[in-house]
Amino acid sequence: MDLTDQLFFSKGILIVSNRRLLSKMQNEEHWLSFVYQKGLELTTHDHAGVGHIELFDTQSRLAHWCYTLGKLHFVHHLVECFNQQSNFHLEGFPENLVTDSTYDEIGSTDKNSTSIEEQTSRETVSTFTLLRLWRFAKPYQGRLLIGFLLMLASTAATLVPPYLTMPLMDEVLIPYQNGYPLNVDLATFYLGGLLVAAILAWLLGWSKTYILAKVSERMGADLRITTYNHLLKLSHEYFGTKRTGDLMARIGAETDRINLFLSLHLLDFATDVIMMIMTAMILVSINPWLALVTLLPLPFIAWLIHLVRDKLRTGFEKVDRVWADVNNVLADTIPGIRVVKAFAQEEREVKRFYDVNQRNLEINDRVNKVWSLFTPTVTLLTEIGLLIVWIFGIWQVSENQITVGVLTAFLAYIGRFYLRLDSMSRIVSVTQKAAAGTKRIFEILDHVSRVPEPVKPIHSPAIQGHIELRHVGFRYGVRRITEDINLIIEPGEMIGLVGHSGSGKSTLINLICRFYDVTEGVILVDGIDIRSFPIAEYRKHIGLVLQEPFLFFGTIAENIAYGKPHATRQEIVAAARAAHAHEFILKQLHGYDSLVGERGQALSGGERQRISIARALLINPRILILDEATSSVDSQTEQEIQAALDNLVRGRTTIAIAHRLSTLRQANRLIVLDQGKIIEVGSHATLMAKRGYYYQLYLSQTGHIGVDPSLIDSNRESNQTKERI
Amino acid sequence: MNYTKFKLSRDRHRKLILFDDAYQQKSHQVIAIRAFPISAADKGIALVDHQGNELMWIENLQDLPVEWRELIEEELTSRDFMPEIKKIDSLSSFITPCVWWVETNRGNTCFTLKGEEAIRRLSSLALLITDQYGVHFLIKDRTKLDHYSIKLLDRFL
Repeated sequence: MDLTDQLFFSKGILIVSNRRLLSKMQNEEHWLSFVYQKGLELTTHDHAGVGHIELFDTQSRLAHWCYTLGKLHFVHHLVECFNQQSNFHLEGFPENLVTDSTYDEIGSTDKNSTSIEEQTSRETVSTFTLLRLWRFAKPYQGRLLIGFLLMLASTAATLVPPYLTMPLMDEVLIPYQNGYPLNVDLATFYLGGLLVAAILAWLLGWSKTYILAKVSERMGADLRITTYNHLLKLSHEYFGTKRTGDLMARIGAETDRINLFLSLHLLDFATDVIMMIMTAMILVSINPWLALVTLLPLPFIAWLIHLVRDKLRTGFEKVDRVWADVNNVLADTIPGIRVVKAFAQEEREVKRFYDVNQRNLEINDRVNKVWSLFTPTVTLLTEIGLLIVWIFGIWQVSENQITVGVLTAFLAYIGRFYLRLDSMSRIVSVTQKAAAGTKRIFEILDHVSRVPEPVKPIHSPAIQGHIELRHVGFRYGVRRITEDINLIIEPGEMIGLVGHSGSGKSTLINLICRFYDVTEGVILVDGIDIRSFPIAEYRKHIGLVLQEPFLFFGTIAENIAYGKPHATRQEIVAAARAAHAHEFILKQLHGYDSLVGERGQALSGGERQRISIARALLINPRILILDEATSSVDSQTEQEIQAALDNLVRGRTTIAIAHRLSTLRQANRLIVLDQGKIIEVGSHATLMAKRGYYYQLYLSQTGHIGVDPSLIDSNRESNQTKERI
Repeated sequence: MNYTKFKLSRDRHRKLILFDDAYQQKSHQVIAIRAFPISAADKGIALVDHQGNELMWIENLQDLPVEWRELIEEELTSRDFMPEIKKIDSLSSFITPCVWWVETNRGNTCFTLKGEEAIRRLSSLALLITDQYGVHFLIKDRTKLDHYSIKLLDRFL
């Protein structure tokens, strides 16, 4: 137990022994003990993330313990053991047959809490996250190595010109100034050297950038594709908990940022580091003392730059978050534009967008304030550094320690040096950003689907369509949605699921489709646990018609053939005919080649629904699921859809949800659900005769129009019998 | 399909009439419609009455008796208007909406493109451009256009 009965965190222990139930909380001094006796009952239930165990005898509640739901599994085991033990004890079975099923709760609690701590400590973004990108770099090892070598060579080439200024100064210019004739040959040689070095640097720099940019672009693309691929394989549940804008930003912007980091910033940084090391080496080799003075202010400048950068970094992170917010507002509003317009809330949405933008501005302003200070500061520091070199250099020249040429070379080198410091310091924030992006990407990649592929898949190319649900329970987060559902559906049978919204109808369908996995019990199709079929293969047997038919951007023909991309035109037309969609498709400007928009805007609800029925028909599934297929259309269209559905249902195991009970007139059986449990089963007539929950539901529906329910009831009944005839 | 039971002809108003011998010579004024006008123009042609009810489905135009085919093809060509762009002469601007001056297989013309989304890729090569009034212009193979046209078109793809 990890909660007291007042719901404070505390540790405790509950033990089932062969004679009694023992318990002790951390703050209690004595063990509570309950000896098994007749009428003693241990029950457990949960509410809002807290589980309760209660012990009753025939008169009253004897004890009450609480736990967090992480322990649910143990508690179930505990209750099971309790029942077993008390049965044994009361019915007089030999005691030594049963081993003591004690459960060391405290031990397991400790283990749990440490593992949680470990997880949180790992949560912080570390630059090492970037190392995980190596997985994507591996295929390009060879090219990366070539790129790196080219980088070394090109950096070396850029360092040649300042070196050449030294002899140019000392051997050509200064002697000339001192009255010697100009040594043209030597001058031409050095100037030629400068030109060659420049051209070489250009050539090497170009090929290096080209090769490395190409590699990083490919890595970025791989990363994007892998992430998207993984994302689409994740369970339905994952999408329910994430915002579209966020996911879009992750796959779009984040991968792009990582890409940019790899192709530009990391490359620059590496070049800079190599250049600095090489420069330092050259400087030391020319004159160690001057080199020391030159390099002395460097750490100081670097530290200052880093200080400013640190401030900027937090700012940039804020900018990113605000950007995600901007995206989220857009992703919210644009798909819901009809609602926005219908409620005339454009103003409000604009206001919302304005607010987010305002925040964006504010944060950017703050960042820019620091940012605008930054570049001039770096320039100032660079100038000061140069000044120091000048002072020391002039002094050294005056002492005849070094030549003017050496000083010129030093000044030429140091100019490049300090310039590089600025771009180097940029790497810190960019690296942080890229690391954050990488972490967010790997969050998707590391997310294991809650609906895992089976380890030993059972392939079954054809199924009968016999569905069995055994003790099926499902829990969403802490909420229990369905409980102990037992149901057998024969092949070819049509059943209707009935119940108030929130009664677990859709959940049941999601479980059968394996959008979620059951938390308790098992679902069998043809006697095989659906978790042992490969997911994609299993879903091929299921045709799904949803309340809101989703049409992809493309032609009508492509939409019908969505589940079977290589369907022939004849098959598509046949499916459309069966779905009563053929004739209205012919009325479209381009027939089957007509484009339907992002959400099939150009078609009416009924038309879209019939296309989605054709889509389900084309894959010829053994199991058919209709999730409120007719509830979004008027009754005229409903009739047309109903006719299409009748074609679809024939000979298939069908599970239909309908709010309008009249839609379920064809169903062999109706399953009435309430609060996640099956409460009634039977045909319409038997359920009406039973005058139970279904009867009430039916009355409440027909009663809405304000006419005497019984009248309508009998009318409907006679209508239905007519229809059947 | 057995076409002998049916008779297809034109009436005095040049409308296409389908006689159905099996049902007491019942006749319908029909319209021929291509089901796949873009992806497969000659496969799948429906004869529908003016209410849109399908009366006959022709899987393949080539399978028809000659006189049927001629009548239907004549009917279809008189209804189908999808000029094929052979050359783009000039554009008013690269920002939509803009006016395109083009040479097509049905003569020279100009049209207004409302937005980039009005250019639809049919395949990697073929494009369908819908103008302001819904007239469709076809480019069968954009690589086969002349160099200048390709350059202009490229700005929109």
